[in-house]
Amino acid sequence: MAQEPHIVLSDVRKAFGRKHVLNGLDVSVDKGRSLVVIGGSGTGKSVMIKTILGIIRPDSGSIRVAGEEVVGLKGAARDRYLSRFGMLFQGAALFDSLPVWQNVAFGLIQGRKMNRARARDIAIEKMAQVGLGPEVGQLYPAELSGGMQKRVGLARAIAADPEIIFFDEPTTGLDPIMADVINNLIVDSVRRLGSTTISITHDMASARKIADDIAMIYKGRIIWHGPADTIDTSGNDYVDQFIHGRAEGPIQMEVLKP
Amino acid sequence: MNFLANLGRVVLALLAETGRVTLFTRDALIQGLTPTIYFRQIFDQLMKIGYNSLLVVGLTAFFTGGALALQIYLGSSRFNAESLVASIVALGITRELGPVFAGIMVAGRVGSSIAAELGTMRVTEQIDALVTLATNPFKYLVGPRIVACVISLPILVGIADIIGVMGGYIVGTRSLGFNSYAYIKNTVDFLKLDDVTSGLIKAAVFGFIIAIMGCYHGFNSRGGAQGVGRATINAVVSSAILILAANFVLTSFLFKN
Repeated sequence: MAQEPHIVLSDVRKAFGRKHVLNGLDVSVDKGRSLVVIGGSGTGKSVMIKTILGIIRPDSGSIRVAGEEVVGLKGAARDRYLSRFGMLFQGAALFDSLPVWQNVAFGLIQGRKMNRARARDIAIEKMAQVGLGPEVGQLYPAELSGGMQKRVGLARAIAADPEIIFFDEPTTGLDPIMADVINNLIVDSVRRLGSTTISITHDMASARKIADDIAMIYKGRIIWHGPADTIDTSGNDYVDQFIHGRAEGPIQMEVLKP
Repeated sequence: MNFLANLGRVVLALLAETGRVTLFTRDALIQGLTPTIYFRQIFDQLMKIGYNSLLVVGLTAFFTGGALALQIYLGSSRFNAESLVASIVALGITRELGPVFAGIMVAGRVGSSIAAELGTMRVTEQIDALVTLATNPFKYLVGPRIVACVISLPILVGIADIIGVMGGYIVGTRSLGFNSYAYIKNTVDFLKLDDVTSGLIKAAVFGFIIAIMGCYHGFNSRGGAQGVGRATINAVVSSAILILAANFVLTSFLFKN
């Protein structure tokens, strides 16, 4: 019997008022694979990730992680579930009031109740893995450049060796060289941990670099899903328009309508 | 018809907001005040909310006590009842002006700060980040602020009572010609323990209101810097109005007999 994929979303729907953001979304990721979800702004990428994390509750549908239904988890079961995740946010979402090392060690100290000295050692080790020296640990997030904040965010995401990691627009706002540095760090970190990952991005260079599989979301549904190396020959007009960044095609932006 | 429709919309919006605040308060009590307890966060908030508000609350109390002594003197001299100045200053400060003014000053200083801090955390996804780090934001952010406000306000009001009475004493003895011994004796003789404890009970309730309003508006802020600004204003205005309303209700109950 074939093993169930690590993460499975089936017919997930979510509306905010009259706006239907997820319209029967179906997608799955196998254990240890890296899925990149591409799609335009407002197509439901971030909402998809937040429904998996339970930050947003779907109106209907099923989300299974490691064979367990996770929609509606509460209390200790939810805390246990969330402790399996790491996430790198688009703007890094570092805690302004804490120095860098405490940001990286936060999940270990608060979430896993680890001794602060031990958590600090792990934080410094993880910071080294993303190319940050221990001296950076004493700085506050406001003292760091955008690229360094992303690295700290990545170190925080991998600090607890999570089995699942989400990357939300990991290279947005970075120059191309720093973006490639972040992509390399993501690939290295994920390979080292063997985690299952879902990334959402507009950046095709990033998608090609970090993805095993790519899925395209449009109007709250997955319209194409396949191995990353087949995206150029997908035969899907929507995918072709998106990866080549053309204004002309089946995807019409609101501003282009007469 | 338009007037009735608009009135209906306002009433419905008010009811919906009241419902949301009630649900938030329920979550804050159930999730925020049950284990896990973040003692370090509570201590930090006690310093931010309590210790750092001492100066503003102290100055407010001092000038209020002084102004109250002047006003009561001017009013009571019409009836040759100047001797009541000390006792009315003490009663006025401990029962009403101490807790209300301290509450409103802390609502301005702390309520706005809580709403702005949590609002910024909301729009920069820091609250979502807490969730992904298996940390309940109600326990980590809301609970410690409620505990710190409910503990700090009575302490601040206790200090404000002393400083306010002292303000009245200084004005009374230096400017209005009262005898120092007589002023203190009048104050002590007329003041009862209930006068002070009623003010402290009010202060604890006001602290709860300030924390809930600050956290609620911060948690629900949307739309970047403008949204955070709106949350800050709403936190201060709603706290101040609720403090005044709660003061009326509490006064009705506490001084029924």
